Amino acid sequence: MMTIEELKNVEVAKSVDARGTACPGPLLEAKKAIGTIKSGDIMEILSADEGTKSDIPKWCGKQGHEYLGAVDENGYFKVYMKKK
Amino acid sequence: MEEELKEQIKKLQYKIEALSTKVSVLESSRKDQLSIAIVSGDLDKIIAAMVISIAAAAMDTKVKLFFSFWALSALRAKDKKGKGKDFISKMFGIMLPKGKDSLALSKMNMCGMGPMMIKYLMKKQNVFSLDQMFEEAGVLGIEIVVCEMSMDLMGFKKEEMIDYPHLSYAGAATFVCDANESSMQLFI
Repeated sequence: MMTIEELKNVEVAKSVDARGTACPGPLLEAKKAIGTIKSGDIMEILSADEGTKSDIPKWCGKQGHEYLGAVDENGYFKVYMKKK
Repeated sequence: MEEELKEQIKKLQYKIEALSTKVSVLESSRKDQLSIAIVSGDLDKIIAAMVISIAAAAMDTKVKLFFSFWALSALRAKDKKGKGKDFISKMFGIMLPKGKDSLALSKMNMCGMGPMMIKYLMKKQNVFSLDQMFEEAGVLGIEIVVCEMSMDLMGFKKEEMIDYPHLSYAGAATFVCDANESSMQLFI
């Protein structure tokens, strides 16, 4: 896990904007995008759906990726993870 | 002293072998798989089943759905017709919803107002429509098995079922066998 400050400055390999979808949309977008980045890359997922905040960490736990944390923005939030 | 140590090491090795065998048996008996028997034809129940299935498939869990009885209404294609039905089957065909767009809610159906409201809310909040969910399910490889027995009971014919890339027909034993291997089994 990283601090909010660290997350705001982290180098992101892929940004997934899932704010136009609701559960299970953001998770699906993340799954589709994970195949496009390399191992060790960091991906951020933008979502306005509250469920995403628990879905992504669980998915990371299951697949072995590293969940780095979430940053709240205005009306949405960004979730960060590192591909295993 | 040395003899004792050798004995202990041997015992530990036996234990490790026995545990390895046990673990591999356990691993192969519970696959990362979700089996759902969907018997309800209510719109809310079908939506719930599809959302859960898609979430599981998004996590690379293999999903096998078994549609039976009232749920079969959701698999009828609006634009297709079944031929050669007897009187009772024709009656069932008329009385039951013709496809997922005509499903009723389990509560607050309000003579059809309920589903309209839910669909409106789903669109407003960017939730996938049921059609989109089925499409996504097809892309994700979610299997839909149609219960032949209840299909025959309702008088539905194969030619009136929707086009779905992973659709097959089977009996309860198939579902039970698949469910036996799954780490998650649900009844909706």
